[in-house]
Amino acid sequence: MSTRLLTWIAVVPGVVLGLGLIFQLMAAADPGFFFTWPYYGEVLIAGLLQGVLYALVALGFVLIFKASGVFNFAQGSMVLFAALTMVGFIEMGLHWILAALVTMAVMVVVALAVERAVLRPLVNQAPITLFMATIGIFYFLDGLGQFFWGSDVQVLDIGIPKDPIFILQDWVDGGMLVNAFDLVAAAVAAVLVAILAVFFQATRVGRALRAVADDHQAAQSVGIPLPVIWAIVWSVAGFVALVAGIMWGGKLGVQFTLALIALKALPVLILGGFTSIPGAIVGGLIIGASEQVAEIFLGPFIGSAIQDWFAYMLAMLFLLFRPQGLFGEKIIERV
Amino acid sequence: MLYREAGQFKTSYAADQAIFPIRQDRIGVAVILAIGLFVIPVISGQYWLETIMVPFLVFSMAAIGLNILTGYCGQLSLGTGGFMACGAFFSYKLATAFPDLNIVLVFLLAGLGTALVGIAFGLPSLRIKGFYLAVATLAAQFFLLWMFNKFPWWNNYSPSGVISAPPRAVFGDFFVTGNGATPQVKYLFLLVFVAVLALIAKNLVRSRIGRSWMAIRDMDIAAEIIGIRPLYAKLSAFAVSSFYIGIAGALWAFIYTGTVEALAFEISRSFQVLFMIIIGGLGSILGSFLGAGFIVLLPILLTNLPGLLGVDIPVELVAHLEYMIFGALIIFFLIVEPHGLARLWTLGKEKLRLWPFPY
Repeated sequence: MSTRLLTWIAVVPGVVLGLGLIFQLMAAADPGFFFTWPYYGEVLIAGLLQGVLYALVALGFVLIFKASGVFNFAQGSMVLFAALTMVGFIEMGLHWILAALVTMAVMVVVALAVERAVLRPLVNQAPITLFMATIGIFYFLDGLGQFFWGSDVQVLDIGIPKDPIFILQDWVDGGMLVNAFDLVAAAVAAVLVAILAVFFQATRVGRALRAVADDHQAAQSVGIPLPVIWAIVWSVAGFVALVAGIMWGGKLGVQFTLALIALKALPVLILGGFTSIPGAIVGGLIIGASEQVAEIFLGPFIGSAIQDWFAYMLAMLFLLFRPQGLFGEKIIERV
Repeated sequence: MLYREAGQFKTSYAADQAIFPIRQDRIGVAVILAIGLFVIPVISGQYWLETIMVPFLVFSMAAIGLNILTGYCGQLSLGTGGFMACGAFFSYKLATAFPDLNIVLVFLLAGLGTALVGIAFGLPSLRIKGFYLAVATLAAQFFLLWMFNKFPWWNNYSPSGVISAPPRAVFGDFFVTGNGATPQVKYLFLLVFVAVLALIAKNLVRSRIGRSWMAIRDMDIAAEIIGIRPLYAKLSAFAVSSFYIGIAGALWAFIYTGTVEALAFEISRSFQVLFMIIIGGLGSILGSFLGAGFIVLLPILLTNLPGLLGVDIPVELVAHLEYMIFGALIIFFLIVEPHGLARLWTLGKEKLRLWPFPY
């Protein structure tokens, strides 16, 4: 672990500095290419903070995949559903904290229903069947949320400042521009990960969850009830979806496209590995930063909007060298 | 009593290796083809042909393609939409650049081009497996769509980004594409085209190469040990699958809709085709047809259901309810028959063999 950590400490700044130097050379060769180090820093930070939001969605995927081996495509629609429900309750006049609590209760009900109606009848089926079932959940939740709350774009405002602020003014000439909202989001993500870590490491339920993730049959044979665990995991994923929904909804407004940000979380997942929570965070940061840098500095050369696919290509390149992602468990195959 | 193979003796190797070894199956397929060729175009109106039969046949083609890759070779792919877009835009470029080229050749060449793209995006499958591969194929989906959207060369610099199929005819003056084409001609052309390619697929999957795909699907390491080269097996599956999907995309653009933009081949298209093969049955050519029929008919049924029942629901609510019912039905089908509609047919056949004297 420590050697790996050392590698990271050496590699990451190396790559960042190397890319910066390349861009500087390009700027020197071509006057039309704008590059300064503070600007590069701004782009990096904006990307990293964006990546935190991706990681929030990816976390939900990882939790469910770890505990039940289900590739939960419905995570995106859970984010949308949670955000829609919360906006609906706020519009009924509830304070946002109260609305969040009620929404959490709704997400627990969803989790129980999913366990009861989908996972239990499909136990022991092939992974692809379960994957398709979660696409069914995706459609169902999409329809349900919009059936109840309508399909208009709604504003979810819980008082997070959205002003751009300048940081590091003493160090850099003119300071660096950062979005306050993104900073709050990053802080929230950090708190969330801390809560999850405590929950997984220090509580009885958390230990049971880790046991199930390790080996379903062994966990069952020492008396851990799988249906209960699955309901808990889906509830926790619902909680993560709620937090992600509040953050994304605050940033973009609550609308149908929120369900599709799950697609942005997928390259994060394969980069970090399906089974690793730190992987989801690090993967999110790498994807966020690199796609932002690619869009700003490479976009002018090969066409704009490369954000759509750059993350996938990057993740694929990583996978060619590490097929189980950066932090995923090593896949051992036997005949 | 009707469906019984007792007494049908095979006296030659050719008879033993026939695609449909049971006489009743042969008769059944012939009857279905005959109905498709002679009855349906006569009795069904324009609406039926254009909104049900034509998309059904186009989707069947795409489903066969994906089934070869996912059902037979076990490589989960979510890039179907991207490959369909390839077929559509390749055939458009070919048809406009070489106006004298026969339209059938255009489709086949577009399929070949898509096959090459499929091989390129299939390369990671040699390293990556399972859901990791599924996500990696999304790279194909997003990259290809971005490319067709971004570079106006693909739509001959049309300002709207939309491509319209130029009118082309087969056998002299039977127009199959463009505005002058009648639904009957379109349908018959599609039927013949899809039937021939389905026959080829059916033969392919029981040949040496098809068996190597299935060996890779069942356990790739074991397959490698008994001497199947994963490189050839996986890449050939990607190539053949993309060939079919590319042709399906070309048929979609040229015959089904006539005008198309890259957005028609979004990720939801990939999921739609994936639904078809899961509902229809993985690893079954028949299942591809059944699944395509189911997924094409279901939304039409759901949209018309409130009207038929006499219930008056606002259109927007119907759209949302449709989503919910669609999702719930998918889950329901997976629970009652995880192996798809084709499996129901197999079970029915077993029952029929014994019926009406099960002892």
